[in-house]
Amino acid sequence: MTIDAKNIDYKALNDAIRAADGACTVSGCLGQRFMAAGMSDKTVTITGIPGNALGAYLNGATIEVMGNAQDAVGDTMNDGTIVIHGNIGDAAGYAMRGGRIFVKGDAGYRAGIHMKAYREKQPVMVIGGKCGSFLGEYQAGGTIIVLGLTADNKPIVGNYPSTGMHGGKMFLRSGCAGIRFPKQVTAAKATDSDLQEIRGYIKEFCSHFGYDEHGILNSEFTLVTPDSKNPYQQMYVAN
Amino acid sequence: MKVEGQVRIPSGCAIAAVISRDGKRMAGDIITESMKPMHDRSNGLGGGFAAYGIYPEYKDFYAFHVFFDERATRKNCEQFLKERFEIVKSEIIPTRKIPQITDEPIIWRYFLAPLHSVRVSMQIDENEYVARTVMKINTEMDGAYVFSSGKNMGTFKAVGFPEDVGVFYKLEEYAGYSWTAHGRYPTNTPGWWGGAHPFTLLDYSIVHNGEISSYDANRRFIEMFGYKCTLQTDTEVITYIMDYLLRVQGLTLGEAASVIAAPFWSTIENKTDAEDREKHTYLRTLFSSLLVTGPFSIVLGFNGGLMALNDRLKLRSMVAGEKDDKVFIASEEAAIRVMEPDAENVWAPAGGEPVIVKVKDGVLL
Repeated sequence: MTIDAKNIDYKALNDAIRAADGACTVSGCLGQRFMAAGMSDKTVTITGIPGNALGAYLNGATIEVMGNAQDAVGDTMNDGTIVIHGNIGDAAGYAMRGGRIFVKGDAGYRAGIHMKAYREKQPVMVIGGKCGSFLGEYQAGGTIIVLGLTADNKPIVGNYPSTGMHGGKMFLRSGCAGIRFPKQVTAAKATDSDLQEIRGYIKEFCSHFGYDEHGILNSEFTLVTPDSKNPYQQMYVAN
Repeated sequence: MKVEGQVRIPSGCAIAAVISRDGKRMAGDIITESMKPMHDRSNGLGGGFAAYGIYPEYKDFYAFHVFFDERATRKNCEQFLKERFEIVKSEIIPTRKIPQITDEPIIWRYFLAPLHSVRVSMQIDENEYVARTVMKINTEMDGAYVFSSGKNMGTFKAVGFPEDVGVFYKLEEYAGYSWTAHGRYPTNTPGWWGGAHPFTLLDYSIVHNGEISSYDANRRFIEMFGYKCTLQTDTEVITYIMDYLLRVQGLTLGEAASVIAAPFWSTIENKTDAEDREKHTYLRTLFSSLLVTGPFSIVLGFNGGLMALNDRLKLRSMVAGEKDDKVFIASEEAAIRVMEPDAENVWAPAGGEPVIVKVKDGVLL
């Protein structure tokens, strides 16, 4: 079913999405926040511009946005899939702890800030374009992949990537010349076996947006990892 | 209860702006409408707008918009103005009674020409003369507050949600080539009409989303140069900083942006262009007390253009877009899409990267 979002507020819109029987399409969205928040079992397709905190606390549902999205996409998301056919704003995947986010275009500042993982909960975010500064700030787990398909010779990421990173992995499809990483991480050329790990995610990215998987994988990637499991062991107290 | 000025007010907020590079004038409802999808960024305690090009028939005169608490204050203030200016026209600013906006002060506007002899005896130029007048009224005249003082521009602000403030002031009846807007989310006080954004001095206006942590350091420095921060709000101090850097010091917009949102020293040291590196080192050293830290996204309006700027860490959101002669800026893309559903090149400027838009040379404003 289709829900016309014109002139209704976020609460009424979310109620309508919840009341919908199965999959639904929301048309004419214009800034309504918290769309499909906490949802576990639906597929929601959105046209227009969804508001901040799209899919916050998402718990298994699938969201597909046919254009751009704003800030804090997938905030604290637990499970499910978010597919964005345009660009996204700042702080995407904020404290995300499960599920997958695929973005065709660019991400703003602080994508993947404080992403975390625990046992089977392994969040993944794939950004097709480039990212703003502070990518993966305080990353504690999970996988962030940036492909730079829109980079046009511009840096794939802004300043200060992986500041405070202490867990997880970051793959950047670039040699990263001129990009400065902080001292507590290692940025090295990804090996074939490293790339095997993300092949499935790249494949899924390509199936959403119609790219060629081999074309994307057949280039240099930089893998960023923190130097130890607990780099802040002595920061305040021994722990 | 403490009133505004006695208590510091952090704020969240929403901003939006539109400008026509061709200088084409737009009715104000475009900007009022743009604030609607960002409703939840405000809490009803302040909304306001700045409009450029709205008084073409009086464009050679300083347009003062003034709040008064009572008739006697207005009479006193007018007496004071007459000693310094020829009052070319004075009138009540028309408003619409709506239930969403209450307790309005007395709101007047004046078109003023500085008295030549008085100004010459003070040995200052017209802008300085007007700026000093505004400071004097706002700090010394209880119950009177000049909230707009530029030529061929005006600000309109109130306690309320911005979309209601636009209706209250009948903005659809004004036509400007550039508009900025603000929705306020103060959290500590009831809010006061004068404390709503934009904050202005002469034709400079600032709308601001954020909460700067350098307020006191900035205030102490700027007050050495005759500015008086009366409201304890960070936006007021940014307005005076921009006036000081642009009008008094004669910096370019880009240079002023490099002062208030200076790059980190490490970023400056790593610049490969030696001249650029030296320039940033110079600006950061000379105006170190005017570095604005903490989150902000602002739009500075001025005659003939506007500049949007984020703090260097980009702790607040801001997007920009274009369509034909128009450029749009807002806290959220949804606001841009209200103004222009087919906006193109929608992008998020980086922290500290100013977006400067000017009306084309040769366009008569």
